Order: sequence, then C-alpha cells, then structure tokens
Amino acid sequence: MRRYVIKRLAQAVGVLWAAYTVSFLVLDFLPGDPVTAMAGAGMDSGQVDPAQLAALRHEYGFDKPVLVQYAEYLGRAVRGDFGDAVSSGRPVTSVIGDALPQTLQLTGAALLLAVVLGGGLAMVATYTSRRWLRQLLLSLPPLGVSVPTFWVGLLLVETFSFRLHWFPAFGNDGLRGLVLPALTLAVPTGAQVAQVLAKSLLTALDQAYVETARAKGAGRRRVHLRHALRNASLPALTVVGLLVGQLIAGSVVVETVFSRDGLGRVTAAAVTAQDIPLVQGVVVFGALIFVATNLIVDLVYPLLDPRIVVASDRRASFA
Amino acid sequence: MTALPVLRPSRWAPLAALLTTSVLLTACGSGDGGSGGGSGRPKSGGTLTFAVGSDAGCVDPQQVGSNDTIYSVRQTVDSLTDQDPATGRIVPWLAKSWDINSDATRFTFHLRSGVTFSDGSALTAQVVKDNFDAVPKLGALGTLAEGYLSGVQSTTVVDPLTVKVTFKQPNTQFLQATSTHTLGIESSASVRKTPQQKCSDGIVGSGPFVLKQYVQNQSITLAKRTGYAWGSALWSKKGEAYLDKLVFKVVPEAGVRAGSLQSGQVDAISSVGKANEVALKGGQVALQRRANPGVVFGLGLNNARPLLKDARVRQAIQVAVDRSQIADTVFPTGTRPATSVLAHTTPDYSDLSSDLSTDTAKAKSLLDQAGWQAGGDGIRTKDGKRLSLTITWFPNSATNQPALELVQQQLKAVGIDVVLKQLQVTQFATTLQSGDFDVVWGNVTRSDPDILRSSFSTRLGNFYHLPASSLDTALSGQAAATDTAKRGKLVAEAQRLLVQNAYYVPVVELQTQLGVSKKVHDLAFDSGSRVQLHDTWIG
Repeated sequence: MRRYVIKRLAQAVGVLWAAYTVSFLVLDFLPGDPVTAMAGAGMDSGQVDPAQLAALRHEYGFDKPVLVQYAEYLGRAVRGDFGDAVSSGRPVTSVIGDALPQTLQLTGAALLLAVVLGGGLAMVATYTSRRWLRQLLLSLPPLGVSVPTFWVGLLLVETFSFRLHWFPAFGNDGLRGLVLPALTLAVPTGAQVAQVLAKSLLTALDQAYVETARAKGAGRRRVHLRHALRNASLPALTVVGLLVGQLIAGSVVVETVFSRDGLGRVTAAAVTAQDIPLVQGVVVFGALIFVATNLIVDLVYPLLDPRIVVASDRRASFA
Repeated sequence: MTALPVLRPSRWAPLAALLTTSVLLTACGSGDGGSGGGSGRPKSGGTLTFAVGSDAGCVDPQQVGSNDTIYSVRQTVDSLTDQDPATGRIVPWLAKSWDINSDATRFTFHLRSGVTFSDGSALTAQVVKDNFDAVPKLGALGTLAEGYLSGVQSTTVVDPLTVKVTFKQPNTQFLQATSTHTLGIESSASVRKTPQQKCSDGIVGSGPFVLKQYVQNQSITLAKRTGYAWGSALWSKKGEAYLDKLVFKVVPEAGVRAGSLQSGQVDAISSVGKANEVALKGGQVALQRRANPGVVFGLGLNNARPLLKDARVRQAIQVAVDRSQIADTVFPTGTRPATSVLAHTTPDYSDLSSDLSTDTAKAKSLLDQAGWQAGGDGIRTKDGKRLSLTITWFPNSATNQPALELVQQQLKAVGIDVVLKQLQVTQFATTLQSGDFDVVWGNVTRSDPDILRSSFSTRLGNFYHLPASSLDTALSGQAAATDTAKRGKLVAEAQRLLVQNAYYVPVVELQTQLGVSKKVHDLAFDSGSRVQLHDTWIG
C-alpha cells in the first residue's frame, strides 16, 4: 500500500511540473507580450513610448532570456510564489484565492447534479423492463455530451431567465444565481457519468455472480443495488475523477455566459491579456486540483476493490 | 486503472443543434411597440443598472482607455472644461474661464471656488498642478493622458484658484484635452498613490457620483455625491444628480446583455451589434447611437512601399472602395460611410463625400495609367509583378473581418489582389512602429482634429510613412492656431490633402450603439460618444 501511494504522489508531482512547463512554452511562443498587451490595449490609444515599454519589461523581467525566466519562475513557484499578475499588480495567489470560492461553488454544485442526475438516469435505464423507456433514456447521454455547453447555457438563460423570469441571467448572487450555470455545466458531465455507469451496469448484470445472486433468491432491486452497482461504480468513479478537470475547464465558458466571477473568467482574461504569471498560476492550480482528485480516486479504489492494490504493486515492480 | 469507455460521436448532434437554433430564433421575434417614451417631469431617486461587456481591471479614469469602463469611472471625476457634443465648443466646468496666449503655448485656468472632493478636501490650483505633474508619470499605463500633455514644460500655481500650464511648442488641442475623462481632476491624496493602487482601489474625485464598490470582472457601484453643486455648463440639472445609485454589471455575452435588457433585468446595455438589433427593436427599448469622433476606420497605407508610393495606385484604391456597401452590410444600423478622414462628429470635420464616391471605371483607368495591365487571372501586373497588397488587421472588433472581406472583393473587381493577415491585438503597436506592413486597418477616437497631426504629421511618429509636404504645414499650423476660424480652415485643408493624395483610405465611421430601456430618460452622449449620467432619470 505504501509503495502504491508513493508512486501515485511521484506521478502527481510529474504532472504538475509538465503542466507548468508546457504552459510556459505555449505562452512564450505566442506573439506579443503582456507589457504591450497592457499598454496597447487601446488600439485607440495614442503612441506608446518604446523606452517606457522597455522599462516596464525590465521591471517584470520579460527582457531576460527565456531559459533564465523559466528557471526564475519555476524556482519561485516551487516555494508557492507565482509573482504578481501583470494586469492588476496583485499577487497571483490572492487573485486565484479570491476567485476560487465562486468556482468551487459552481463546480461542486455541477458535480453533485451530474452524479445525481447522470447516476439516476443510468440506474433507471438499466433497471426498467420497458424497452422503449430504456432506449429513450440511453439516447439522452450522447445528446448531452455532443451539445455545446455554450448553447445549453444560452438556451437555459433564454427560457428560464428572459421568458419565465425564474432565475437571474447573470451574476454571483446567492443560490438562485447558481442554478442555471450549475445545470449547464452538469449536462455534459452528467451525460458522461450516465454513459459509463449504464454501460458498466449492463455489463455487470450479464456476469455470472449476478446469475448466482439471482439463483440464491435475491430480488431484482437487491441484485441491482448491492451486487451490480458496487462493481459497476469503479469505472464511473474513474470518470468522475477526470470530470473534475473538465468541470474546471468548462467553468471558463459557463462563467462567461452567465457573467459569473470565478477562476474561469480569471483564466479567460489572463489569456487574452497574455498575463503570463497569472496564466501559469491558474494552470498549475488547475493541474493541482486535477491531480489531487485523481489521487483521491486512486486511493479509494482499494476500498471498493481490494484486488487493485495487488495488481498495481505488481505493475510497479515491472516499471 | 480501468479503461475509459469510448465515447461515440452522436447521431443526435445535428438534431439538437436544429432544436436549439429554432428556439433561439423564435426568441428573437419580438413585437413592435410604440416609440413614445413618455417624458413627463424628471424625478430624483432610483438605481440605474447598466450592463457592459468588459472590465478594464482598473477604476482610475486617468488610466482607463476602454469605453465599457469609462462609462462608469467618468462619473466620479469632473474636468476643467466640458465639450458640447453638438458644436464641439469648449465650455466651463471646474474652470469658470481660461486664457490662452497667441501661439497656444500658455493656458491659464481660473477655477471655480467651493468645489470639494468626496474626501472633503478642496479643489485648488495646487491640486490641478499635482494632477498634471503626475499624469505624464503614469507611463505606459496612461498613454492617452501622456499624449494630451506631451511637450509640457511646467504647471505653475498663480494663486490658489489660478493655474498656468506652459508648453514647449504650440498645443491648441490641450484645451479640448482638459475636457476628457483622462484629465479628470483627482484629489491630491489620490494623485500620490501608485498607478496600480489607483487602478485597484479607485480614486477620490469631485464628480457627481462616488465609487462605492468595485468587484473585478463583476461590477462597479457608484452612489450619488450629496451636496454636488459644480456641474458642467452643459448639464440641464443644476446641483446633485437625479439617480441615487449606478450599478455597472459586467456581462460579456452580447446575447445575454440584450436578453437582460429586454426582460427588464438591466436598464441599459453597451455595444449593441447588428446581430442583436432585431431582438431589441420595438418593445420597451430604444437604441441610441452616435458616431465616435476622430479618425474613421480605414486603410492605413504604408506610403513608403514601392506599390503605394505611386499616387495613382492609392487614388485607385480610394475610389474602388464602396463605402456604403460596407457600412450597410457589416455595421450596426445608422453607421455612416466615411465622408472624410475625420468622422462627422469631430469638430472642424469637412464633408469630402464627392471625392470618396465609388467609381470603378476611374479606378481602372488610374491603374492603367500607372502601367498596371490586366492579367490572366483578373489581377493586374507590371513588369511581371502582381498588384498584390497585404492588409494587416487585429481582432479588436467583430466587424473587422467581414468589412475587410468586402474590401478584398471590391479591390479584386478592379484588379488588385488583397491578402488579409490577422495579428494579435497586442501586436498593433509593434507593427506600426516597425513599419513592416502594406496596409493596416484601424481607427482612433478623439474629439479634437489634432488627432490628424498625431496620426499623419511627418514631424511626429509618421507611422504611415507620408512624404514631407504642405500637409505638415497645415497640421502644425492648426496646432498653433488660437483663432477658431483660422484653425477650421487649416483642418479642412489637411483633410482635403489627405483624401486627394489618398495617403489614408477612409472607409466607415465607428458608431457607438447603446440599448436603453424606455423608462430611462436623458441618458446623453458626451462629445467622445461616452455617456453623461448626471441628468439621467428613471420614470
């Protein structure tokens, strides 16, 4: 077990470093730099004195060779210091810290909705004996996955805000403001949960042990919930781990459509302004959450299925 | 780890797309309504909620360049002067009068007495001096302000209510500059803060509204300044503003902005594009439009390029472009095709539409004369070289690409090949400075004709690489002219020279379009096509 955990932790650090490095390289390849972005924001503005730009670049260290910049940033990042955002001058960590609660609320609510709705759909679809209902329910997840989040959001706003006036169309105000964005974000996520869970439930229900359980006189409901679900939930759990990353990415679109403050909006703005320190901070932070969730998922597996640790340890010794 | 199931692309996707489209389309069919807007008697009180598309990340009027944020922060400061949007005339605001010496190098302002900032401190000549001394030091963050005060020699306090600004060279535009939000006067305490602090914490001004709260990317909330009694000479209401509170919400999605206005969740919205006009027509919403003053959207030719050195080629482009087609197809309703290098809302604009009408026959004959012969693929050639130009553009407005695609078609019709090259907005400044372009697409908003000098004088940046000519004399002359009639003549001369030599190909005016609920009255444009909310009331 200890080896399993150490190996997972080492992988997590590797992923964080890779995320940091790749985002640094991508930003470096982009034309322009944050200083001209800041000064030339107005194409409407007058002429910018090149000497002043040079001075600003020097202040932020953008005039140093790329490798030196990379090493300096990485060195500070390891100590948890991501520097100051170029556009606002505030420390990156506090910009992220301020935006985080809103995004956690949104993604948390969306994940909950996704698991409840997606899981519920899969359960009903596999439990029902009506063929048409099963067909109908099972055709919903592919639809949910393929409709762009952007459209879903606009559609919900149009219907429930502009027409029915049930929920506000924008803003971070309270629970009512959370409903539509969380629902929007939950549609593709829930659809994936439903797809995976339904598929593995159907597979599990075909297994011999289910036959055995039935033969022993277990009722349909008991077989479904106790025997099939426990085994079928493993793939679904894996997907949930991956979906956390997707939820964070999805918040960029959803927070823009619903004008919510949060990490997604910070990301979008930072990328537009080529605010390198801020983008780096967001990327590493996103990677951190992703890695942490998957670490938790990995650690939960053995609890659901004791065979996993054994298998993993064996694999580790080959590596 | 367990293998992930393969997610199949769905057969349902097209159906889903169809369904959602039809719902959104029906949502757009709004009914017609009367355009009454019943006025009645103005009344005090109430909150105006205004949805804007973006947040500049800064609430200091001296540093903000984006209209969406200027709408709000402008209300927190007063300027020395104000400019009448109808006539371009400069009128008193914080300065009750001013004197300018004969060569426009010395400006003396006589300040109003009894003006206080919202922190209780009084407006004095020293405060104005502190502001004008600090503004050039805002550096790259305050480029607009720096341009207004370029060449400043000193600002001196003559007496507690008289301040004198001296320039190294004639600078007539400075008077109009004092009417802008950029040179809005802030309290001495605010001026002493760093530019970054002013951005994030806001500033203390003497304006009719006070900043209450700024939540980045979310909202800017202003409250009425009680006891305000020093409004611009242009405002109809004396004393305090009508509205108690102004809330500016940042709503990036244009469709959501329009829907929120239509459904009454907000009272006014910024940046209504052509796509959202239909949804807002009729009903309880009025569209308010005004052309931005300054240099219109157009083709900024690099006059030093071999192809474009030939005046006949430039003039051919000038008459090959069909401005009305571009204005009508791409831009919001009411957008005017360019009739000069300056927009018609700029002071001293002159109508040169006869020089700018489309004439493809003339364009072709000009190109023939210049030796460019029609080639096999429709593109002209000369000595084996194709007549091909690259237009560099930046995605700072949704209308840029469709407008330029039309220009591309129109120029192709007379045998000129156009390649469109998109760069990042952040590369605009460097592209201009490097001179590495054939043609760039852009505009500049400024409510003073001196913008012609900053854009086209060969004695300044000269980004379009014009040859030195009598145009320079006219441009420098207007900068030194204190007599308005004389200045007007010189500005007219400069516009004529620019258009007739086709140094710049004006195409279309930029129009600001707002959506405003009909219960909101007297939401007025100022001379820069931004808003003035002191006189605004809800009823």
